[in-house]
Formats: sequence, C-alpha cells, structure tokens
Amino acid sequence: MAQQLLDVKDLHTQFFTRDGVVHAVDGVTFHLEAGETLGLVGESGCGKSVTALSLMRLIPQPPGRITEGSIVFDGQDVLKMDDDEVRGIRGNNIAMIFQDPMTSLNPVLTISRQISEALELHLKMDKSEARKRTIELLDLVGIPSAKKRLDDYPHQFSGGMRQRVMIAMALSCNPKLILADEPTTALDVTIQAQILDLLKNLAREFRTAFILITHDLGVVAGMTQRIHVMYGGKIVEKADTAELFANPKMPYTWGLLRSIPRLDEHRKAKLVPIEGLPPDLIAPPPGCRFEPRCQYRRDVCKEKEPELKRIPNAKPDHEARCWGTQEGGWLVDTDWHREIGDTRVIEEIKKEVADLPAETKKDGEEPPLPPPSPVN
Amino acid sequence: MATTAVSTRRQAAQHDLAARKQRSLWRDAVWRLFRNRAAIAGLAVIVFAAFVAIFAPIIAPYSPIQQNTPKQLMEPIWTRWFGSQFTDSGYLLGSDELGRDILTRLMYGTRVSLIVGFVPVAVIFIVGASIGMVSGYVGGWVDNLLMRFTDIIYAFPDLLFVIIIVATLRGTELGTAMDGLLLIFVALAIVNWVGLARLIRGQVLSLKHREFIEAARAIGATPVRIMIRHLFPNVLAPVIVSLAFAIPGAMLTEATLSFLGIGVRPPTPTWGAMINEGFIVFQATPWPVLLPAFCISIILLAFTFVGDGLRDALDPRMKI
Repeated sequence: MAQQLLDVKDLHTQFFTRDGVVHAVDGVTFHLEAGETLGLVGESGCGKSVTALSLMRLIPQPPGRITEGSIVFDGQDVLKMDDDEVRGIRGNNIAMIFQDPMTSLNPVLTISRQISEALELHLKMDKSEARKRTIELLDLVGIPSAKKRLDDYPHQFSGGMRQRVMIAMALSCNPKLILADEPTTALDVTIQAQILDLLKNLAREFRTAFILITHDLGVVAGMTQRIHVMYGGKIVEKADTAELFANPKMPYTWGLLRSIPRLDEHRKAKLVPIEGLPPDLIAPPPGCRFEPRCQYRRDVCKEKEPELKRIPNAKPDHEARCWGTQEGGWLVDTDWHREIGDTRVIEEIKKEVADLPAETKKDGEEPPLPPPSPVN
Repeated sequence: MATTAVSTRRQAAQHDLAARKQRSLWRDAVWRLFRNRAAIAGLAVIVFAAFVAIFAPIIAPYSPIQQNTPKQLMEPIWTRWFGSQFTDSGYLLGSDELGRDILTRLMYGTRVSLIVGFVPVAVIFIVGASIGMVSGYVGGWVDNLLMRFTDIIYAFPDLLFVIIIVATLRGTELGTAMDGLLLIFVALAIVNWVGLARLIRGQVLSLKHREFIEAARAIGATPVRIMIRHLFPNVLAPVIVSLAFAIPGAMLTEATLSFLGIGVRPPTPTWGAMINEGFIVFQATPWPVLLPAFCISIILLAFTFVGDGLRDALDPRMKI
C-alpha cells in the first residue's frame, strides 16, 4: 500500500448535461505499482478514457466533474492539488499518449519545439540542452536521421512516425506513469505492432508504469501484466493477464473474447457478437449493468448490483462483478467456450435489438453485428 | 536503444527524403505570394510609397507649408500641351490655392497615410488579439462579458463612431497632440479592434477542443502558454489577412476625416485635407482634388492587392 505508485479509490466522474447527469466513471477502484503495466479494456463509451483523463485532471470542466473518490499518485492526492501542482505533474510525472497522432500534434509548430516544450517547462532546460535531448528522444523512439527531421512539421511525418513523436513527448521527462489511450487505434496493423513493441521495450527499459487503454484484447494480451475490464463506467473484472485469458469469469469478458477472431479456430466457427448496446449512463440499469445484454442472466441480476468480489476456483487476486460466477452462483462451473448461454435469453435479446429505433442502432457507439471487429 | 534496430534498415531509405530542403508553411506562403503578380505590383507600390514617405524632406522640391502667393493654382506641367496658360516648370504637379507645391504636399501626405495605416492597425492587433484569445480560450463568464462589450462597440456604425469620438475629443489635449494624429489613432483603434477580436475568438473556439491543445495541457502547459505558443500560431494566417485589409480601411477613414475637416490639423499635408481644400477651387482647376484622390486610390488598391495575395497564399485550401 505504501509503495504503490497510483491508488485510485472509488472514483466518480460525472458530466452534467441537459439530459441529465452522465455517470461516465462510477466508482472505479484500482492501484498500480511502480513499473507495472495495466490494461484497461472495454468497448467505446464505458469510461476508459474518462478514467485516464481524470487521473491527470484533464476532464473538461464544465460539463465534467470528478465528484467523489481519491487519486493518490506517489503519496499525493491529485484531486486535492491546486492547478499549479497538477500542472507540475502533467507531462512530468504522468504523461499521456493520445489516440490519434494525426490530430494531437500542433500543425504549425516544428517537432522539436513540441517535444522540447515539456523539457523546458518541467526540467528547466535551456534551448540547446532541450534540443540535444530531443534528438536523443527521437533516436530512442526510432525516428531515422533524427537530427535532420528535428525542424520538420508534423505534416511531413507519417502516422506511425507521428505516434513515435508522441511517445517521445511522453517520455521526455522520464515520467513514472504513462497513460496510453488507444495508442494504436489510428494506425494500420504493421505499424501497430511496431508501436506496441516500442512501448513494451521502453516500459521495460525505463521501468515506467503504463496504463494501456484499448478496446482490443489482442493489444493488451502481450503488453500488460494485469487487465481490468470496464463496462458501463465500472470495473467488472480484474485479473492477471494470463489468468484473464485462461479463466475469465464475467460474461462480458466472455463476450469480448468470443468476438476476437482466432487463428487456431475452426474455419467455419463464427464469431459471436455481444448483442445490444452499452447502457445509457444517465440512467444506468439498477442491477448489473451488463444484465440487459447478458445471455446468462437471471432475475437477481436485474434487481441488485453485484459487487466486485473474489471468485472461487480462480487465482486469489481475480475479481469479478457477477452474481453468476461468485460463490454459489449458477455460472461457477460454466465452460464459456461451449455454452453460449440460454438460447431463450439470446432470442429475447435479439428481439429487443430488432425493436430498437433504427436511429439508435445506427448512432449507437457499438454497431451490434459486423464480424471483423465486433468489439467496437 | 534496442528499439533503433527496427529503424536502421529504413534509415537508408529515408535518408534522401530527410536530406531534401525543408519547406515550412511560411516559406510556402511567401513563395505563393511572390507568384501573384497583382500582389507583387501592390508590394512595389507600397515600397515606393514608404520610400517617398521616409525621404520626403530630401526629395521634395519645396517646403510643404510654405506659401507662394503669386504662384497660386498652377496646373500640372503637362496641361501646357493642352493649352493651359497657368503652368510653371518649377511646379511639376502645379500648386494649390495658397501657392504650395502639390507634389511636395503629396509626398508629405504619404507619411500621414502610411502612419495612419500601420500604427492603429498595430494597436488593433494587440488589443483585438488579446481580447479574442482570452475570450475564446477562457470562455464562460469572461467570454460573455468581453463579447457583450464587443457587441456594443460593433453595433455602432463604424465611421459615425469615429467621427463622434474625434469631434468630441478634438479640443482636448489628446486631440491636439501630434497635430491631431494621436486622436485619429485612438479613434481608429477603439472602433476597429472588435472585428479582429471576433475573428480570433471564433478561430480559438474551434481550435481549443482539438487534440493537440489537449495534448499541450497534458504536458502541463499553463493557459497563457497554450494561448501564446499553441493557439496563436494557428490563428496567425487569417489574422494577417484581416490586418492587411484593415490597413487601407484605416487610411480611407483618415482621408475621410481630413476631408470632413476633423482629421489632422492644417497645415500638415494629408491627402484627405488636400481634397478638402481643393474643393474650394474646384471650379477654377480640378487638379488639387484629382491628384490626391488618385494617390489615395492607388495606395488603397495596392494594399488590397497585397491583402488578396496574402489570403490566397496563406490559405492554400481556397485554391483548387
């Protein structure tokens, strides 16, 4: 406890809109040790990015506000700091890598100016020192002939190189924690692999703690030590990476895993999408948030929300938020590979999805069907 | 450095690319500007005018205020070939009703026009940019307050507002300083910063939610730093264009004020005042009116051409 780098307790971030209060992050608790890598996984709109932005207090305010909880980073509560102190942490101790490298670099400033900005701000380097360090950083992230590219503008870089620049910016002050918010989503697959490789190596080399946010379980699989699965603003399952893939305990996680295409699967095996849409976070369901889409649901799921609890016949630090898989539940022995769920429940969900107004289906953040990437 | 292994192979391939000469946004813009003939012609006129303004005391044949009563109302020298008897080879462009050399007065008038073009616009730039930037970036009640204030000023008809300010303050110390030039600066600045402030606010509003601004906040940059270092360079292009058009506007307003007799105090020569004085003798000879009017048109046209050129050069998307 004392040595933890980051300790988030009962974090609530809400957005006050005209339609009501959106409970984007609703009681999230987790911790991170120095040098540890953690994956936050979940579909769009489940609160992953808002969690990350909350950690740096970057929630746009208004309409957003962190209403409850504590974020203790390196022994200090980020939520109790004044603006200057928070700015001292941003970029210095906690850095962030954004999703889209095409838009997160300022188009009218040269690469070197953007990278050296944090150096000048936090490490109080002068111009020539910052420039030297910038060259080192660009070398480090694998930008060829860094010295010559230094005064280029972002439009002269390709997407993958820009993401490398973003990583260089994040690394510039040797932060203790890097938040990577879908760092590879905007890149094509080969570049994705390179960037992930780079991140992994750098994390190991500098013993930087990472929080990797993604909707792609494939991305976190090789990258992180632990994975937290989020759904509807809450963490629904916590486990070691290996444990989560070997022995997932939450029907939502099962759904995510089923919707990933696998090379070793039989050719005719179909991907199973998760039917339905993520819950409305203005008025979330009173029971389990996943209940409306869960193919294993029972009455109790609708009535009471389960707690995040230790799971029987799993590793000790494996927790899940599910009535079915908790002590004495009806899913304790279910093999998720075989049993897709109660067929009647599936039919019911399908009907509900069909009854949704067409517009919601189109605009919904998760298209319910197409197989290639059904998770998002 | 384990990671550089991937890149070593690509290093050779990209070497050529990196070795090519850099072209920044600004260099591109300058290149495009210089390909625009009208803009070049405009620039040439402006440079010439600036030259004349700076060296007026050296190149002007007479003093701009010295009167020479026997030589009143001389006509330009070329009218001689059309039968005019009132020409004097000492007065190339003729003289006015007090016998002052028109060429000299036009040269000195260039000074006033250019100063009136640039000084108030510099003030407009500073005031408008800071108010627009703060208003757009900070938002909330600050934005509301500043923009309502802007709206109030915007609601007045421009020229009328300038005339009101100048007419009311003419007798005060402010009105007499620098032959009344200072008051014109102030009046022009007060009236004209609103347009620029609105322009910048609009740009900032659309830019501030872009990811690179969020990224700047994520590295711990202060709001002031974000405004100056990150937002400002992004709004610079439309601002330059808008200022380039503000300059002829300011010149024209000064000419109008001087024409109405509430501009720069006589006997300081300005083109507007020359037209005003020329009107008295318009029946006798049109030249004291025509020549300064011609100068005003040319300089306004020049600035407008440059403004157009800048707009095309700085916004490549507008061209197809």
